[in-house]
Amino acid sequence: MSFLRTEALSRSFGGLAAVAGVDLSVEPGEIRAIIGPNGAGKTTLVSLISGRVPPSSGRIEFDGDDITALKPWERVLRGIVYTFQITSIFRNLTLAENVMLAAQRAASRDQPLWRGLDDRAVTQAVDAALERVGLASRAQELAGELAYGHQRLLEVAMGLALRPKLLILDEPTQGLSEQEIADFCALVRSIAMDATILLIEHNMDVVMALAQRITVMNNGALLAEGTPDQIMNHAEVQRAYLGT
Amino acid sequence: MTGRARVWVLHGGVILLLFLLQFVLPDYHHTNVARIMVLATYAIGYNLLIGYTGLLSLGHAMFFATGLYGAGLPIYYFGLHPVAGFLLGALLALVLAFVVGLIVLRTSGVAFMIVTMMFAQAFFLATLYFNGVTRGDEGLVLAAEARRFGFLGLDLDLAEPATRYNMALSLFTGALLICLALVRSPLGRVMIAIRENEERTRMLGYNARDYKLLALSLSGLLSGAAGAAYVLLFAYMGSSFAAIQYSILPLLWVLLGGIGTVIGPLIGTALMFYLIDKTSEVMQSYLIVVGAVLVALVLFFPKGLAGTLRQRYARWLP
Ligand SMILES: Nc1ncnc2c1ncn2[C@@H]1O[C@H](COP(=O)(O)OP(=O)(O)O)[C@@H](O)[C@H]1O
Ligand SMILES: [Mg+2]
Repeated sequence: MSFLRTEALSRSFGGLAAVAGVDLSVEPGEIRAIIGPNGAGKTTLVSLISGRVPPSSGRIEFDGDDITALKPWERVLRGIVYTFQITSIFRNLTLAENVMLAAQRAASRDQPLWRGLDDRAVTQAVDAALERVGLASRAQELAGELAYGHQRLLEVAMGLALRPKLLILDEPTQGLSEQEIADFCALVRSIAMDATILLIEHNMDVVMALAQRITVMNNGALLAEGTPDQIMNHAEVQRAYLGT
Repeated sequence: MTGRARVWVLHGGVILLLFLLQFVLPDYHHTNVARIMVLATYAIGYNLLIGYTGLLSLGHAMFFATGLYGAGLPIYYFGLHPVAGFLLGALLALVLAFVVGLIVLRTSGVAFMIVTMMFAQAFFLATLYFNGVTRGDEGLVLAAEARRFGFLGLDLDLAEPATRYNMALSLFTGALLICLALVRSPLGRVMIAIRENEERTRMLGYNARDYKLLALSLSGLLSGAAGAAYVLLFAYMGSSFAAIQYSILPLLWVLLGGIGTVIGPLIGTALMFYLIDKTSEVMQSYLIVVGAVLVALVLFFPKGLAGTLRQRYARWLP
């Protein structure tokens, strides 16, 4: 039984089939990379999984339940967390406040927000999440003042503070330096100890270093799936994506 | 001082100042300040929605007027106890805001402005239509004896300036404290998050619609409480309080004083009140001056007085 499974999942925008009949299956604890050329439908596929975009047809199963009809915030409460490709943070709030919103949600998962929170525990969760992405020293700065790459890391910190079961990272290393990318890979490995990860990534070094399995998309459909070695040697993938 | 201490000193200081003012103000200003405090309560309620949740309503007069009539009419016609009248008016405004919210929150942005305005316009027309009860524009005046009552062993007369002033101050203090506590709570944080980036807030696991409905209901409750206090303290209710001007005024007060600040609504209300009061004293075309001042403030204080202050000098201001 898979942790995450999609069945004939499709989404069209006007006449364009951004995602067409995708059957994806991910095992618990896996780091799964999704690669493919720009416009292949990667962001749309994970948006369908997170509920940000409703499907045209198809089904999504998560952790044994059919979640196709669930609202995005209900999916977050079940542990599906999406970090945006186009950074979506609270630019006018501090880093700590950004992460606080995620941490207090995780702390009040089973009860309404006004029932009182353990402030200390929430603050600790905020500090811990910022620490893990290396932004702890900048907690009181405004999020909008961060460099682009660091805004992506803030997104990851918000994701972490939600205590995800499935963390979706949509091109997280864009705008990071070599050293920061290396740190980021270590971070993803540590997150994967207690969560499943869907990683959309263009940097093939990062993909090869992290992914146990790789799914290749093209024109809204799955083109291939396999271990990094299998994918690198896959003829069609080389033609469609690696450009050889 | 820590941020927390500063916040309490500042807001506590404002309350204390308002309390002390009553002993030095001449009669005329004594009444004015009482009126300003009631209207500032309305502005605080309005600000919860526009300033903290990011929803621009053009229909809040219906909540203010619901409080006004909900308290005033039963007192006028059935001799209801003023305290019960106040609670009834505020409660009715809460219920109206909740029910209207279920409908208007299906929209956002410009559509939200228009739909709230249409609801308020319908409410306004209803106050004219039921002219037999409300006496429309001419309105109704509460009799002196309807405003004298016993409460908790005290004999109170709302026509008495000191009583009126301190009632207005209590109302304003309550609203200020509620607002202050709310916007610094986890709940207030979510409201601010919705204002800043609604989609992100949803993707953090919050059902934004429910939080907006809650904010609108609370906003309606405070607006209604202000309306109910207004009829009790100033003895008059009329359709003009349900008209479009009373939906626009809180918007101006809040913009002027500082949108999304706790203290801004008081500053804006007081400023606007005295601006109109002073200029209309000396000239006929006073609205030109009022307009010019508003334009200047928008140019030099784009976030309102308290908002610009916060931006430049005092980031800790809630
Ligand atoms: N909201 C949208 N409206 C219209 N077209 C969209 C929308 N989102 C994505 N698309 C289109 O769907 C296709 C897949 O996009 P996307 O999922 O972002 O691809 P990827 O993330 O793989 O680059 C593209 O052709 C894109 O233009
Ligand atoms: Mg994409």
